Amino acid sequence: MSKRNPLYDFKWCPGCGDFGVKVAIEQALARRTAERSESIEKTVIVAGIGCSGNLVHLQEGPQPFGIHGIHGRTLPVAYGIKTGRPDLNVLVVSGDGDFLSIGAEHIGPQARRNLDVTVVVMDNGIYGLTKGQASPTTNVDVVTSTTRYGKLDEKMNPYLFYLGSGVGYVSSQLSTRVKDLSTAIGDAMDYPGFAVVHVQSPCTTYNDTYALLKGDEKQGIEPLAYPIPDSHDSGDLLAAINLVRGERIPIGQIYRRDSESVPSHERLAKAKEQSGVTQVSVKELMDGMLIS
Amino acid sequence: MSKNLVVRFAGEGGQGVVGGAELMAQAAAQGGYHVLTFSTFPSQIKGGPAWGQARISSDPILTPGDYLDVLVCQNQYAYDTNLADLREGGLVVYNSEEFEIPDNSRAIGIAADRMAREAGNPLASTIIMIGAVAAAAGVSIDALEAFIEKRWTRGRASDAAIIQGNITALRMGVEEARKAGLALEELESPPIHDIPRILIRGFEASALGAMAAGVDSFIGYPISPATTMLVYMEQNLVGQDKFVGQASSEIEAIASIVGAGFAGRKAMTSTAGPGLSLMGEGLGLAWMAEIPLVVVDVQRGGPATGLPTKTEQSDFIMAMNPGHGDMSVPVIAPGNMEEAFWASIAAVNWSERYQGPVILLSEASLAERAQDIPMPDLSKIKSESRTVSGGAMQNRRYAGDGVSPFPVPGGAGAYVANGSEHDEQGDTTHLPDVHVTMTNRRFRKLDVLDDGTYEAENTSADIAVLPWGGSKGSARAAWDALHADGVNVGWYYTMYLNPLPAALLAELKSKKLVLVPELNYMGQLAGHLRSLGVNAEAITQYTGLPFKVSDLQAEISRRVQGQ
Repeated sequence: MSKRNPLYDFKWCPGCGDFGVKVAIEQALARRTAERSESIEKTVIVAGIGCSGNLVHLQEGPQPFGIHGIHGRTLPVAYGIKTGRPDLNVLVVSGDGDFLSIGAEHIGPQARRNLDVTVVVMDNGIYGLTKGQASPTTNVDVVTSTTRYGKLDEKMNPYLFYLGSGVGYVSSQLSTRVKDLSTAIGDAMDYPGFAVVHVQSPCTTYNDTYALLKGDEKQGIEPLAYPIPDSHDSGDLLAAINLVRGERIPIGQIYRRDSESVPSHERLAKAKEQSGVTQVSVKELMDGMLIS
Repeated sequence: MSKNLVVRFAGEGGQGVVGGAELMAQAAAQGGYHVLTFSTFPSQIKGGPAWGQARISSDPILTPGDYLDVLVCQNQYAYDTNLADLREGGLVVYNSEEFEIPDNSRAIGIAADRMAREAGNPLASTIIMIGAVAAAAGVSIDALEAFIEKRWTRGRASDAAIIQGNITALRMGVEEARKAGLALEELESPPIHDIPRILIRGFEASALGAMAAGVDSFIGYPISPATTMLVYMEQNLVGQDKFVGQASSEIEAIASIVGAGFAGRKAMTSTAGPGLSLMGEGLGLAWMAEIPLVVVDVQRGGPATGLPTKTEQSDFIMAMNPGHGDMSVPVIAPGNMEEAFWASIAAVNWSERYQGPVILLSEASLAERAQDIPMPDLSKIKSESRTVSGGAMQNRRYAGDGVSPFPVPGGAGAYVANGSEHDEQGDTTHLPDVHVTMTNRRFRKLDVLDDGTYEAENTSADIAVLPWGGSKGSARAAWDALHADGVNVGWYYTMYLNPLPAALLAELKSKKLVLVPELNYMGQLAGHLRSLGVNAEAITQYTGLPFKVSDLQAEISRRVQGQ
């Protein structure tokens, strides 16, 4: 159900972190279109499969284009859109299962291409839509329907994974801090290259990590999330790696490649120009095959 | 005088056997002959049994040729495994440094490598062999020399020396054949051509058709035998607004062309069976979300890795139903070189017209073949593009019970292209009546693909032959021979396999028996035809090689008599 379309038959659970992400994206897009006097139809939201992907149907206000595809393949879809239409603003919304499990193989190629798209990953540490199975980011020892002895596999560190894959822009955010998140998403969309905004977006039904993230003084729980200190040099890859190596989750700009970021479509345009190669018509190509 | 010369160069991969056949074909085409090549090689960079075959004729050519007039062998294994294909009275030319053939009454031994080295032109051993073949088969040596001159005139300082070296090598081969005193019947003079002809390969024809149809995003992943098309596109689709990319997998390739098609581009990928298997889910997305795109499947032997470099026609069922769920993907399968060009255009047009995925079914033997064809009449190209909505439908992209105008991102009419079942705006829904309405809509869209053409001859016969794809040539040659013998069999053929032209299907249904020659075990098209109410029987072969005309002729004759 959505305000725009009462017949739409999907809902997030009350308290789902994804509500905050949705609002942050709406705000960031509203700001972007106003600042650039760009029509909202210039934006495409590419959604994966999972609770997160339904965000594309829940967007309120002026509507961007959307494509809600198949599980794990948001980045390939975005690759086809952006390479064919560099003029479009492409925003990917995905989750920890869609992006970091089935879709993980696509991160490296886009990072190396420096595809100019922004990814918002809603990490709830669980497969929610299929009702509670362990994901790569589920904490160790957590009992789920597919981890009856508690999760035995190591937890994935998505930040290290991004940095190791060559992602040039990594931001870590909380779904509860909507204003910061909206700013981060806007900044990521402005970044000329592949940008990931990784959001801790808890699942209230199967993996409620709000208390863990925020901490609870009464229960003596140290907050898992903490703001990145001003002293962190986000242009320094080694500093970024050191920052994310620990158990806790730093919130803020983890990495922003220091050197100039040239997105893939600009690299290609430049290479074409420098090569001096021009399009030869079908007729000319066939003339080259003439038997004379 | 002979009308035909079939030469096979057999040896190991890396010995230039495929190149030898191609050089021979190019030279003959230059001399005015019709030519057609066929090659088979293992899936490795160097080594392993390989051969290349050139058929040269004063008449138009339908097939690579059943039997060889000349077999050129680089080693004992090549001789042993290819001799069965040499016709009675045919000649062997062999590398006498590698092995000996004791009975030299029909064999010419040449130490071509040593001779080439001694002449200071070690790369010319293949040309020495060609010289011997040409002399023995009565091919004009003057024409070959003219070809060498043209082929190696590349505007470099070294041109003259290379040309002279190769002509010397050619003459050395000619001399060897004369010394041996063996010769075949002389080849008829080449025909006079009044229209310009081109020498083209199958993958080039498919790629040029795609370019002519306006494909502007091509994203593929290397796989035999489809890599050649990806490479051709990378090299030639280079304009400012064109995009060619190498994906990280076939899964990425299909999803990316879904993205490109959604974004308003004419998108295409090329792959082979294993890749098509991986593309199943993505093709379902294109069908479900109604996104135009074309997947070229160059069939090879399967399943799994199968026979990566051999030819087969065993992907028809998968092409029609590449993924789970209710879908029927349009399939076009060209049967020869000229069709390969036009089929690409038809496939893009169909995808744009009905707004969904189309499979272009090629096959190894067709994609790798080189053949001379008349220059296609490019003025006959009709390139279609989807009807763009321009916001006329607002956001109701999926409204109506057939093809509806397509909203292109960046313009008006924002909606969500959705692979989940959806309502008119593209929002997910699970309501039973919506799934019924939308499923009906998706199948009804196929109705606009009603312009498929077909060939029909001797239609009064109650038994007919209907080949598909690359088996067309062998089947046609077999049918021609049977027809000349007075065997009463009808001929039907179409490259539009799904949906079949309605009038063709009606005709086939009226037949007592329809024989379908196809290169697979299951009889895939025959089975499909039976499901449509046609009494179809397959004639199958699954050797990794094309049909021999003589085999088909005998089998069709046997089936007709059995009725």
